[in-house]
Amino acid sequence: MSAVIQTNNLSLSLSGKQILRGISMAVQSGEYVSIIGPNGAGKSTLMRCLLGMYAYEGSIKIAGKECSATDSKELAKTISYVPQTHDMEFPLPVFDFVMMGRYPYLSPLAPAQKKDIDAVERAMDVTGTLPFRDRLMRTLSGGERQKVYIAAALAQETPVMLLDEPATFLDWKHQAEVMQLLKKINADCGATVIAVNHDLNSAAHWSDRIIAIKNGQILLDGSPSDLIQPEPLEQLFETIFIRKETLAPATES
Amino acid sequence: MKLKFAILILLTLGALLLFPMFGSTDILHDQAGMDILLKIRIPRVLTAFLAGVALASSGMIFQALFRNPLSTPFTLGVSGGAALGAALWMRFGSAVALAGVAGTSLAGFGGALLAVFLVYGLARAKGGFATDTLLLAGVAVNFFFSSLILLIQYFSDAGETFRMIRWLMGGFSVIGFQTPTNLTFFTFAGLAVCGLLTREMNLLLTGDELAGARGVNVNRTRKLLFFSASMMTGAAVAFCGPIGFVGLMVPHICRKLFGADHRNLFPAVILFGGFFMTACDGLARTLLAPVEMPAGLITALLGGPFFIWLLLRGKS
Repeated sequence: MSAVIQTNNLSLSLSGKQILRGISMAVQSGEYVSIIGPNGAGKSTLMRCLLGMYAYEGSIKIAGKECSATDSKELAKTISYVPQTHDMEFPLPVFDFVMMGRYPYLSPLAPAQKKDIDAVERAMDVTGTLPFRDRLMRTLSGGERQKVYIAAALAQETPVMLLDEPATFLDWKHQAEVMQLLKKINADCGATVIAVNHDLNSAAHWSDRIIAIKNGQILLDGSPSDLIQPEPLEQLFETIFIRKETLAPATES
Repeated sequence: MKLKFAILILLTLGALLLFPMFGSTDILHDQAGMDILLKIRIPRVLTAFLAGVALASSGMIFQALFRNPLSTPFTLGVSGGAALGAALWMRFGSAVALAGVAGTSLAGFGGALLAVFLVYGLARAKGGFATDTLLLAGVAVNFFFSSLILLIQYFSDAGETFRMIRWLMGGFSVIGFQTPTNLTFFTFAGLAVCGLLTREMNLLLTGDELAGARGVNVNRTRKLLFFSASMMTGAAVAFCGPIGFVGLMVPHICRKLFGADHRNLFPAVILFGGFFMTACDGLARTLLAPVEMPAGLITALLGGPFFIWLLLRGKS
């Protein structure tokens, strides 16, 4: 086991406001990590930092190399990303969309090679999106679209996959499907998965480790059972979660 | 796909070869006819073709940049900006007396850039590039520029004013190869940049975040595309007047036929844009012969209803 992502005292200010304050964490190869925290805690910003989108202070080492010193195409061969999905107004077929995951490997004028097409088909097979490979993106349901986005990230064939709330806007059935898919990618394809998750239950259920962030700082970094305790949760979300002892005893009448 | 491209290439070549032959004067029998063909018809068809290529490609680029199928050089106010720049030059530039043709196009180019930055800034200040924000900003900028053009016209003499009005209708009445040569330079420079960025344009459609995560230097790519699209629009408008709706109709029709993948879409838009403009100009020259209408009238007559149809269809 080696740390595939290591941040050291990572800080970031955007337009004068400090978003991240000294984040130090390490993610081991093959881990499934959920990042949780209240709205505005800096979760998505942390993700974008890992993707090399901001000029940060401190250090981010990805597969041993400093993130800011890595060419963005090279970085795209190490980390793939699944954003919260958007509507696609343009008539783009699913297959072409997944093929975009291969773009970091292609030079500007060269056509896609057989190995690229194979990678796309493998990714679509794993995610179960082959049946609608020729449909247009805008005709897909939310659950289908999310799987196609994951397929595109998978086609990128990176050791690390980042996801921003992969299941938040889906119904229960599709949430379960997407989470199972991510577990499968983590277990079978050996990818390190780091997901921002709003849903505590699902984060606790699916991940090996949870990193809780509040006000741009790490509040807790540990196993799901460390976090799912009244004190850390109340500290994190600043609200009283229902505990047995706070419920008034039922009075007999 | 190959068959579609073959048909499109044939159509384009056919238009380029055939349209110089048609017109109000019979050209096949004497030396005067030959002169008309070589000095008027062929330069005119080439100019129309290049302007069509430039306007249609910049339409496609703006649509990818703003992730919005309704943004075009015209609706974004770029044409208006170029028109203002060119009008300013026509009024005051001749007093400065630099190289005449290049002056108009440089001024047009400057105006186009100004308009892009204005609309971009306005939309950003309002917090996004949604259809309504963009259209509103574009309309506002267009209105403002139109009134400035009116103001310039008011202070010009009758001759200059007539030249501006006639120019604002958009057309390809050129003599000799100076204009097509200049236009070739600007258009091909723009096309070369965009030709290398087709995959980047695809990725921009998926959002800046995802594009960045897939190795696109988003800021640099955006600036390059902005600059080259504005350059192509600016040149086309400066030489031929603000010809509307080509940048809307051509990419839209091509997307229907060739899909949204810019690796296919871009060559299709180049070919079809050139063909479309050549055909519109051919119609403008021959429909009411011997009267030659400005081609901008034809595209506007086709484009207005098309735009309304697109807007309505998007709503339902």
